[in-house]
Amino acid sequence: MSTVVELRDVHKRFGANSVLKGVSFEVSKGQVIAIIGRSGSGKSTALRCIDRLEIVDRGEIIVCGHRVHSPDINLRKLRTDVGIVFQSYNLFPHLTVEQNIMLAPCAAKRLSKADAKAICERVLRQVGLAEKSQAYPEQLSGGQQQRVAIARSLAMEPQVMLFDEVTSALDPQLTGEVLKVIEELAATGMTMVLVTHEMAFAAKVADVVIFMHEGRVWETGSGAMLTNPQTTELQFFIGHAL
Amino acid sequence: MQTSFNIHHLYFLLNGMAWTLALSLIAFIGGGIAGFAVALCRVSPVAAVRWSATAYVQLVQGIPLLILMFMTYFGLSIAGWTLSALVAAGIAMTIYVSAYLGEIWRGCIEAVARTQWEAAECLALSRTQRMRLVILPQALRIATPPTVGFMVQIVKNTSLASIVGFVELARAGQVVNNSIFQPFLVYIIVATFYFALCYPLSAWSTRLERRLQVGQPAPLFA
Repeated sequence: MSTVVELRDVHKRFGANSVLKGVSFEVSKGQVIAIIGRSGSGKSTALRCIDRLEIVDRGEIIVCGHRVHSPDINLRKLRTDVGIVFQSYNLFPHLTVEQNIMLAPCAAKRLSKADAKAICERVLRQVGLAEKSQAYPEQLSGGQQQRVAIARSLAMEPQVMLFDEVTSALDPQLTGEVLKVIEELAATGMTMVLVTHEMAFAAKVADVVIFMHEGRVWETGSGAMLTNPQTTELQFFIGHAL
Repeated sequence: MQTSFNIHHLYFLLNGMAWTLALSLIAFIGGGIAGFAVALCRVSPVAAVRWSATAYVQLVQGIPLLILMFMTYFGLSIAGWTLSALVAAGIAMTIYVSAYLGEIWRGCIEAVARTQWEAAECLALSRTQRMRLVILPQALRIATPPTVGFMVQIVKNTSLASIVGFVELARAGQVVNNSIFQPFLVYIIVATFYFALCYPLSAWSTRLERRLQVGQPAPLFA
C-alpha cells in the first residue's frame, strides 16, 4: 500500500508553548486513522499541519508527494489533493448549497458548469441532501450544514480527507447523521484522518487509532486498543472520556 | 433697492442644490473607486503596500477637508494647473472620501470571519479568487449601512467647496442672502434642502442596518 500522508518528527510551537514535540505517523491509501487525545494534546494542530494551515518548525510532512514542510510548496496543488472539514462547518453564507459546492471545482479546477453540477449532484446524494441544493446554509441544521461541508470537500475529489472534530458542535442526534456519512465514506475506500472525541466511533471505523498526549504520539493501535490501553495516560483518558 | 424672496431666488437655490448633488456624486464615485483600492492595499499581503496605504490614510485623515480644498484650488494653480472650482473641489473631496471609505471598507473586509478565508484557502482557491468570490461579497453586505451613512457626511461636507467659490447650495444661499439680506429665511431654506438630501440617506442606512441584523446567519464558532 502506498503512503498518502507521512509525518516525520514534526515540531510546532506557538510562542513559548510547544504544541507538537516530534510527531511521526503514516497513513496508507484507503486507511482511516483516528486521532484522539485531550484538548491541548496537539491533535488538531497535527491535522492542520497536514494541510499547511500551520507551518511546522521542524520535521517533514509529505502528503500525496507534496513536501508540505518545504517553503516552496505549491499550496493550490496540495489543497486540490487534500480535503478538510472543520468543526464550525465554514460554509459560505452568501451562497446556496449548490453554489458552495460548485465554487471550487469551477474556480480552482476550471471545470465547466455542467461537469461541476454533475459532481455537485453526486456528492449531495452521497451525504443525503440532494433536495437541499437551493437552500442557504442558515436554513439548514448544524448536522445538515456539516454534511454540506463534507460534500463541498468531496467535490474537489481529494486523495485524502481530514476531519477536525467535525461533530463537536452538534447534539447527539445530529452527530449520528454526520458520523453515518463519514462511515459510508470510509466504506468507499477514501483515505481519512479524523480528529475526534467520539471514542466508540473511532474504535468502530478507524483502522488505526492514535492517542496523542502532550504533543507526542503516546500510543498507537487498532480500535481494540481503546478497550485494552497499555499506557496509564490512555487508561486515564478513556476512563474520563467514556 | 431691496427685493423680497421670490421664485428666482428659489430657482437659484435649487440650482445650487443640483451642484451639491453633482459634487457629492463625483466625490462618492471618485472616492469610492480610490477608496476600494485603498481598502485592498490596507489588507495586502505585501507589507510595503500595506504601509503606504496606512500612511496615505493617516495623512489625509490628519488634514482638514478645507485645507485639502485650498491645496487643490490655490496650490495647484500656483503649481501651474488652473482648475475650475468644481474640478478642484472634486479632487479634494475624492481624496478625502477615499481615505475614509477605504478605512470603513477595510474594517468590513476584516470583519468577515477568518475561518471563511481558511475554508476558501483549503478549497484551493487563489488569493484573488478568495477575495472576489468569498470575502468581498460578504464584506459588501456588512459595508452597505456604514457606506450609505457616510454618504450623508459627503453631502454635508460639499458645503466647504463654497470657500473656493464653487456655487453649490451653501454658496448659493450666501449669494441670495447678500442680495436680499434675509438670513433667517434663506438659511432655513438652505438647511431644509440639505436635510431633504441627507434624511433619505440616513433613513435608508438605518433600514439597511436593521435588515442586516435580522438576516444575519447564526453566529459560527470561532
